[in-house]
Amino acid sequence: MISLAARDVLHTWGKFVFTGVGLGLLIGVTLTMAGVYRGMVDDAKVLLNNSGADMWVVQKNTLGPYAEPSSIHDDLYRSILSMPGVARAANVTYLTMQVQQGERDVRAMVVGIIPDGPGEPGYLLAGRQITRSHYEAVADIATGFEMGQTIRIRRHNYTVVGLTRRMVSSGGDPMVFIPLRDAQEAQFLKDNDAIINERSRTAANPAFNRPEVLDAIISSQSSNPFVNAILVQIKPGFTAEKVAEPIRRWQKLQVYTRDQMEEILVAKLIATSSKQIGMFLVILAIVSAAIVAFIIYTLTMGKIREIAVLKLIGTRNRTIAGMIMQQAVGLGLIGFVVGKVSATIWAPMFPKYVLLEPGDALRGFIAIVIICILASLLAIRAALNVDPAEAIGG
Amino acid sequence: MKKLPINMRTATLLVVLLPLLLAFGYVVTNSGPLAPTPVTVMTVEKQSITPALFGIGTVEARYRYRVGPTMTGRLLSLNRDVGDQVIAGEILGEMDPIDMDNRVAANKAAIKRATASITAAEAHVNDLAARTEYSGAQAKRYQQLTIERNASTEAAEAKNQEYRVAKAGLAVAIATLSVAQQELEMLQAEHEGLLQQRSNLRLVAPVEGVVTSRHIEPGSTAMAGQTILEIIDPKSIWINVRFNQLQSNGLIKGLPATIVLRSRSNQPASGTVARIELLADPVTEEMLAKVVFEQLPEPFPPIGELTEVTVLLPQLDVAPVVPNASIKQLDGQSGVWRVEGDRLQFTPIETGTSDLDGRVQITKGLEVGDQVVVYSKQALTARSRITIVDSLVGSGS
Repeated sequence: MISLAARDVLHTWGKFVFTGVGLGLLIGVTLTMAGVYRGMVDDAKVLLNNSGADMWVVQKNTLGPYAEPSSIHDDLYRSILSMPGVARAANVTYLTMQVQQGERDVRAMVVGIIPDGPGEPGYLLAGRQITRSHYEAVADIATGFEMGQTIRIRRHNYTVVGLTRRMVSSGGDPMVFIPLRDAQEAQFLKDNDAIINERSRTAANPAFNRPEVLDAIISSQSSNPFVNAILVQIKPGFTAEKVAEPIRRWQKLQVYTRDQMEEILVAKLIATSSKQIGMFLVILAIVSAAIVAFIIYTLTMGKIREIAVLKLIGTRNRTIAGMIMQQAVGLGLIGFVVGKVSATIWAPMFPKYVLLEPGDALRGFIAIVIICILASLLAIRAALNVDPAEAIGG
Repeated sequence: MKKLPINMRTATLLVVLLPLLLAFGYVVTNSGPLAPTPVTVMTVEKQSITPALFGIGTVEARYRYRVGPTMTGRLLSLNRDVGDQVIAGEILGEMDPIDMDNRVAANKAAIKRATASITAAEAHVNDLAARTEYSGAQAKRYQQLTIERNASTEAAEAKNQEYRVAKAGLAVAIATLSVAQQELEMLQAEHEGLLQQRSNLRLVAPVEGVVTSRHIEPGSTAMAGQTILEIIDPKSIWINVRFNQLQSNGLIKGLPATIVLRSRSNQPASGTVARIELLADPVTEEMLAKVVFEQLPEPFPPIGELTEVTVLLPQLDVAPVVPNASIKQLDGQSGVWRVEGDRLQFTPIETGTSDLDGRVQITKGLEVGDQVVVYSKQALTARSRITIVDSLVGSGS
């Protein structure tokens, strides 16, 4: 059986292999697009995993801290800590901004964490976690920062003491972790000109400009007792909902469990952009399928004279159909292998994360085989209808 | 089945397809869930660590002297400006005395008048004393004459009457003199008071030091108690340091400290913890301490400059030590991933003191010689397959 298909392939192997590689690159693009979509969703999920939290306590009636701005007082965590079932609670701030390093600047999400608390990066590639309560940073390696480098956030310089990986915001911006107190300041601190303007504005107000009163007002204007959220870890034996309910009821705050937060991130925050990519993925998959089918069909049609000869010498229809189908599936296999390899090779070059899931690859494989079989059925039908006289005709 | 002829074509096809298959195999096993996680490991060793505390402080003066008027008034002159050295007792400026000098002059005149009126009263007393003496003598003589019947009783009584009137007049004159003397005393006391008030209008430096701020210019009105000049003693400069309460264990008076001024970040100065404040800051959750310079930098740092202070705690005894990057949280427990053969096991640990380089003493859970995971390319689980590498940075991401 095999010999007929294999012999034919051997006869025109160049054509066969290069068609396969071409198909493969197309399949690779499709797989990559699926990876882009998966990566987008994964960015959202990894954000939740990296925070190390079981629950998020945020400002009432907001979808904070990722999907909407949220602002709560930084001493609220004390009362959260005293709620039943809460194991650890820590303030956290998030602020997406440009972080300067030497001449260049990098878009990053600056995360303010309590050293040794929930929210600090779960694993490092090099260096150490933050130990000082000021002016140290742990950066995601995607920022391009290196150990020991000095980076600038607002007006302060920070030393990079650790590097981590896959710590990104839902938008895919790499994270830079700094101590909470600094982050609060960075979030609030205006540039010096604005501060000076604000001071003179306050001083110009006769209600404030009294001896001793002015200083007090200015110092109260330039402090920031707010954070974006409280990350809560719950004790074993408690369910998130059981811990969340009293906080919602008595503390008058919004609490999201991990499931709810995932829902917010995936269904709300990245909904439009992921649908955009998803739509493109669907079209690309359909186009790819069509192209695969056409290629197999035309490849078979190109051999119509040889098939006619086979029929003329009395080859059985089954043999001819088997040959065509084997070739089609073989083409599909080469295409899949080339596609998977190429997608894996170029995926890391993308600026945002591309997640190639084995499940997607498997689904892609099955789809390719099915498409190849369907396309070959069309070709087989055409081949079997061919008139053997064509073999000797003009 | 017929054997395929191994000719050039088959060989070429194999040359093309085999690397493709090899690449595919490599891709499948080295990416995705089947790929092992690269990690770096270290062996737990006993080490001695020197813990340290890190805080942020501002330069402050221990004593700040705010010189200002005790009464509301207009500033007449101010001789010293910011940066000027002053000595104790030096007159820095003066408030406008308004009518104070006139009042002193009026007071002086009143004293003169009182002195004159004392002289007049004394003369009057002398005059009346002389009259009394004379009328007394007359009365005595007429009494004698009456006894000798040389004068009428009426005349004698009249002389006696004259004498008593003169005595009463003398008493009045003496009392008037006393009043005049009291008045002089009062005026003199008032004079003293006025002079003191006058001198109180001068702004005097209470100590030797440097003027750090000048708030009001001559001609402006200053409230009672308002600061006009602020003086500090540079020798009293220290640093008000704030330590995060989470990281202030072991902070005591007398510990050595390294002070880095923001403007002179490459010239660390040494100092000592002079005081731990008994009142911590409940809002910012920080402990407050004061750190003094061993030797004040020249020129002395401006008040309010930001500093980074590292307080060195005494060196600890040797104990098993791991880097803080290796400590992970799993199910509410701190622990490390211990490498056993090619498998991972999460070992709960209890941690002791740590230093600023991220080395943490382990009090329980690990033995010397244990292999623990330090860095990993992704979060680990007990089922993770690992491959041990030297470094995760620089070997591609």
